[in-house]
Amino acid sequence: MKNNFSILYTYNKKLYHTVDSTRFSFWLVNSGYKWCIAFLFLTILYPVNAMASNYTYTMAFQAFLKWVPLLVKSGFVLNVIISFFAMMIGTALGVILGLAQVSQYKIVRIFASSVTQLFRNIPWLVLLFIIMLTFPFEIETDDKIYKIPDWTKAVFGFSLPIMANISEIVRGAIKSVPLGQWEAAESLAFSRQKTFWQIILPQCYKRMIPPWMNWYAILSMATPLVSLLGVEEIITLSRQAMEAENNNPELLIPFYSFALLIFFAYCYPIAKFTIALEKRYAVKL
Amino acid sequence: MNTWTEKEPILSIKDVHKSFGELEVLKGVTFDVMKGEVICIIGPSGSGKSTLIRCVNALNEIQSGSIKVEGVEVNDPKLDKLALRRKVGMVFQQYNLFPHKTAIENIMMAPIQVLKQDPKEVEERAHTLIKKVRLQGKENSFPGELSGGQQQRIAIARSLAMEPNIMLFDEITAALDPETVKEVLVTIKDLAQDGMTCCLVTHEMGFAKEIADHIYFTDRGIIVEHGPPKTFFTDAKDPRTKEFLSQIL
Repeated sequence: MKNNFSILYTYNKKLYHTVDSTRFSFWLVNSGYKWCIAFLFLTILYPVNAMASNYTYTMAFQAFLKWVPLLVKSGFVLNVIISFFAMMIGTALGVILGLAQVSQYKIVRIFASSVTQLFRNIPWLVLLFIIMLTFPFEIETDDKIYKIPDWTKAVFGFSLPIMANISEIVRGAIKSVPLGQWEAAESLAFSRQKTFWQIILPQCYKRMIPPWMNWYAILSMATPLVSLLGVEEIITLSRQAMEAENNNPELLIPFYSFALLIFFAYCYPIAKFTIALEKRYAVKL
Repeated sequence: MNTWTEKEPILSIKDVHKSFGELEVLKGVTFDVMKGEVICIIGPSGSGKSTLIRCVNALNEIQSGSIKVEGVEVNDPKLDKLALRRKVGMVFQQYNLFPHKTAIENIMMAPIQVLKQDPKEVEERAHTLIKKVRLQGKENSFPGELSGGQQQRIAIARSLAMEPNIMLFDEITAALDPETVKEVLVTIKDLAQDGMTCCLVTHEMGFAKEIADHIYFTDRGIIVEHGPPKTFFTDAKDPRTKEFLSQIL
């Protein structure tokens, strides 16, 4: 039997012992059943061990402090960069799609609303998996190889659902302008195009800004999803840092609390500002 | 070629039928309006008054019959709607001012954008119009900062800025309180005195009596009775008109 799946071959020590002897599975198989039992026993006892050890929360906190600059500078900043670019791309595409949703042509409307509904109603994580895992990690041209960093794929993955939601915001804002505005413009001999660009759309901007900011806050809170795919943002870095500090359970609290707090500190002002804008732009009739 | 002259009716409506789906709103309406004439259309709610004047500037389509504005057929698929609407101004019950523009911008927008007139000249005209509707000092207010009566007068000025030949008024005082109704009516009276052709849909009987050259009473999609105000109000013949007038007056 010849095939490419080594997993289908029966295990052969001679074949493998030179390959990667540091592997856990290799060690497990070689160590025999006694070691297996010992290992299981250790695993079960691990939390007890941890508690019994004299690693305290103070120590965990001190260890955590060392990592803060890294977590912020290359972790959280990447989250912000991802959310920023995803928002820019998503908004640009979403506005086009939203305008297409109110097009005069039925075929354009149907296409735009199908795309919108598709990306609005699928789980972000699944979409991210598909994009991160199917898109190439590098592009080869004749003379050069361009590496595509993971985070740019994450940007693209996030920009699609944002696009769909912005599209709905645009459509909703346009539809919320009273019909009387169209009629008044028409009776002043404005063409449909002119009515749309000069009278209807300018009234929409104000209505679109608060929900747009709301979606930005939602997006930035969703960026840690890409830690599941290995993008080195704040949560990935936190996990790596904790590993470097021997995975003491006491580390969980400072590291993850910090992540929560930094996102809260970033998103709460946005939410506050959104509410303030909503109040100010409350439609006067 | 259009051979219309001022001796012919400026607005000629013949046997107009209009329905919304199953519901027939206009069942054969016919009348003429001469240049400079002021007509009032009165009648109970749902009798098709508003629909009728909305058909005149092609906001609603009609199913059969003919509407001619200065000799141009409105019920024509090849109609140049924009050209028609330059000649026919319309004011709505809900004012429909553009909320993101100031009063004077509302007035100046259409002449500059649609007629491509010189902004300076339009601005001068806009100031004259604001004076005419007695709203000096409100040039830079936004519609949200104006009272209903003030908004409606700006809406009238906005239509006038297009220098139309006919003005249509669709229950323009219906949303106003009695205090402010007067200021709007004074504006229209000024207009009528200047010789503007006006078609008003209104519930203000006293005003209709005072201003109109001719009054049309509609009920259930037809014109039941019409005549000059003197005879119309005192000498109504149709029982439906009599009943309506007895309720109102």
